[in-house]
Amino acid sequence: MADGLPARPRVGLFATCLVDLFRPVIGFASAKLLEDAGCEVVVPPQTCCGQPAFNSGDRNTARDLALQVMDAFQGCDYIVAPSGSCGGMIAKHYPELFDEPQLANRARDFASRTHELISFLTDVLGVTAVDAQFDGRVTYHDSCSGLRELGVQKQPRRLLASVRGLELVEMAESDVCCGFGGTFAVKYGEISDAIVTKKTAHVEAAGAPVLLAGDLGCLMNMAGKLSRQGSRMDVRHVAEVLAGLTDEPPIGATREKRS
Amino acid sequence: MSARDDVFANIRRSLGVTGKEATRRGIVAARLQEPSRGPIPARGQGSPAAKMATFITEAQRVSATVVVLEHAAAVPAEVARYLRESNLPLQVRIGADVRLTQLDWHGAGMTTLDGASAGADLSAVSHAFAGVAETGSLIVLSGPDNPVTLNFLPDNHIIVLSAADLFGDLESVWAKLRRDLGKGVMPRTVNIITGPSRSADIEQTLLLGAHGPRRLHILITLD
Amino acid sequence: MSLHPTTPEFKQNAHVALHDAELQKALGHVQGGFIYKRQSAVDRLPEFEVLRDSARDLKDHVLAHLDLYLEMYEARVRASGGHIHFARNANEANKIIVDICKAHDAKTVTKGKSMVSEEIGLNDAIEAAGMKAVETDLGEYIIQLRHETPSHIIAPAVHLTKEQVEREFRREHTHLPKDRDLSQPVQLLTEARGVLREKFLAADVGITGANFLIAETGTSIIVTNEGNGDLTQSLPKVHVVIASIEKIVPTLEDASLLMRVLARSATGQDMSVYTTLSTGPRRAEDPDGPAHYHVVLVDNGRSSMLGGEFEDMLRCIRCGACMNHCPVYHAVGGHAYGWVYPGPMGAVLTPSLIGVDKGGHLPNASTFCGRCESVCPVKIPLPKLMRHWREREFERHLTPAVQRFGLGVWAYFARRPALYRPLTSLAMKALSLLAGEKGRFAKLPLASGWTQYRDLPAPSGQTFQSQWRARQKERSR
Repeated sequence: MADGLPARPRVGLFATCLVDLFRPVIGFASAKLLEDAGCEVVVPPQTCCGQPAFNSGDRNTARDLALQVMDAFQGCDYIVAPSGSCGGMIAKHYPELFDEPQLANRARDFASRTHELISFLTDVLGVTAVDAQFDGRVTYHDSCSGLRELGVQKQPRRLLASVRGLELVEMAESDVCCGFGGTFAVKYGEISDAIVTKKTAHVEAAGAPVLLAGDLGCLMNMAGKLSRQGSRMDVRHVAEVLAGLTDEPPIGATREKRS
Repeated sequence: MSARDDVFANIRRSLGVTGKEATRRGIVAARLQEPSRGPIPARGQGSPAAKMATFITEAQRVSATVVVLEHAAAVPAEVARYLRESNLPLQVRIGADVRLTQLDWHGAGMTTLDGASAGADLSAVSHAFAGVAETGSLIVLSGPDNPVTLNFLPDNHIIVLSAADLFGDLESVWAKLRRDLGKGVMPRTVNIITGPSRSADIEQTLLLGAHGPRRLHILITLD
Repeated sequence: MSLHPTTPEFKQNAHVALHDAELQKALGHVQGGFIYKRQSAVDRLPEFEVLRDSARDLKDHVLAHLDLYLEMYEARVRASGGHIHFARNANEANKIIVDICKAHDAKTVTKGKSMVSEEIGLNDAIEAAGMKAVETDLGEYIIQLRHETPSHIIAPAVHLTKEQVEREFRREHTHLPKDRDLSQPVQLLTEARGVLREKFLAADVGITGANFLIAETGTSIIVTNEGNGDLTQSLPKVHVVIASIEKIVPTLEDASLLMRVLARSATGQDMSVYTTLSTGPRRAEDPDGPAHYHVVLVDNGRSSMLGGEFEDMLRCIRCGACMNHCPVYHAVGGHAYGWVYPGPMGAVLTPSLIGVDKGGHLPNASTFCGRCESVCPVKIPLPKLMRHWREREFERHLTPAVQRFGLGVWAYFARRPALYRPLTSLAMKALSLLAGEKGRFAKLPLASGWTQYRDLPAPSGQTFQSQWRARQKERSR
């Protein structure tokens, strides 16, 4: 572990609302990766980081939710989200929400302790390898907020390289948006569809049967398009693979009958 | 209120200023008096030889051709060679620049025309005011010495550059311009020319010779 | 404003664009034409990032002192024998220019590429006054034949295939023999060069835009590759420059700084072919050049953007990098945006210039992927400015009612975790059961905006928070 950290940092896991509601295994995978790296993981009661309100121009709601999150995560050394999008909302945009000096300071302090999961593992905790196995080729999509707001690009690739049996093959234009964009996917569905159609063509062309990324919103968009196109591609959050939690069927995939 | 006054009033209202603030005026006066240079790329810097090498590389990268001549006196012969090789008549239009008019064109089998171009010339020769190594660019000043139409109407443009006038960056050229012409004094036109004319407007296919010259030939003279 | 915006119909425009096979084919050229070239130019210049910071700081400095630099510039233009005019709006600018043309008995007016002239609808004004306006940039010439507006600020005809250009030339250039081969871009260029050469030589007035105006010397600068701008401004007896007020820079050095980021960001060139600095009319001893030099400075809403939350947008140097890197622009092209400025810069600027009630779609039609900001040479925070427009719309209740209602319901529960958790827990269980073994929805009431185009992966069942709490209980037992 890197220097200057508490012996056992207390990490508040901000699961994100999509993970909470749609795919809890990502939350458990995150917790496992953090615990394996020597953290104490807590999950305070939570709803949403406020990004949908913020990006819809509703600053008041965004402020209320930011305050709610900051209250809920009091006492955590770090706040970690398995998402560059929600992580970016807190780390980059919370301080913009407050003009009052005291609140702005609080938001800045909170933001400075907030990280996206994978970059937290590598850049803050100094993790260089994970103990996991995954047989086969995977391709990786860089989600926009993680990539451009938080600089998440090499970190997931570095950790994926340490997974036994895994081979990463790069798709063309992995750094181009998948067309999700939160409410954009619904408000401008037809344009979003055109963008994700280009994306899934690159995904398929990569020649790997598995698509990974670090944001569930993008993953649901790409998985939903792939399955609509009749693709047999497996889609997972990168944390599931890094934590070795791959028993759960891939995102949007047909489930085994439970007997 | 006139449109002018209205525009100024609106700018000042938006900025929350009167325009009379001594501090602001001081800042602007100082900036104009002592121009501030931004970061200068290392690429164009170095010894004269390094600058020359960079200039040639960069000019060729943008599809210009470059020849280095020991003496300016060799210019007419090189121009004649270039025109012959391109199956062009041995006639060029030149301005009144003595660095060009004093040359023995006749001795090289060439004829010259003088003054502005009206569009019928195939080839013209200009003398550069300066060159920039960083980008392989040439600076040509308008006037009787080097009429501006010569830079654009003929299909083949030949520009002579004295090695002593090759600089690393544009900023050094502006310093020379201020030295030679006086601060704040400009010719009608300063042309910075970087390669021959081109367009990529049709399907992003890059083509040379859009409206200006199809070819740019640069002669660097060392004396 | 003479150009009628179709921006309110953005969605419908986009729909048409997405089903236009020729347009989609043409848009494919944006990728190879711009993105890779820019990247390799940037990779070749280690100082590029530092230059972006300096370029941003320079533009901010200018905007903070705009009144003073304008005064200085104005004085220098006059001192060099030029005329300077100010226009509050499009109509005033058009009138000034038309009057100049009339005063010189102009019949043919040639034009270099100028976005502000598109903004004010200058060609229509010139034609309405009985004169012929001829665009001379190859791309602009092509779209003028088609009676279209530019679909890109530096590549006006990027939405067209070479086949479409050939059809246009055959229709307009009646002198063309039928058997003349025009199937390749080079043949099309040669044809246009021949036709336009005559126009250049015949023109009475030449109008250009300006990439920069220099306060120190009263100079206007144009940056082109074709040389059309130079022929436009050197051959006629009158040269008119039209520029918006924020184009000012203090000195020659400052313009040089911006040149270093402009061409690289725009076309991936280190330097455009022709960078031309013009100061005043031809001197007494000059054998060529225009006898008269006019500068028309256009405000058209910009002075009101100063000092406000959209001021950053006035740093824009019109390189087009933001649209070249925009997934939405790639999908729908420039015309869908419905007015002069497309892409991310248009999404911010258009509502400022035509009103957010008309331009409101544009700042919403973004995924906020941030790629535009990451390539902007003057570091304009484009997503942030688009978000500011969304805030204005929300405050003014311009946000669509359904969206506002949905957001309101969601916000109600998101603010109340004690209510949110049991409710979502139930809902996710129900959805999971409803999806069954399939694991996804091909159709779902209230989610048709999503499921029309893609499946909706179903939730696993229990929420993470409830499972986590159960696990903690288990552990502490």
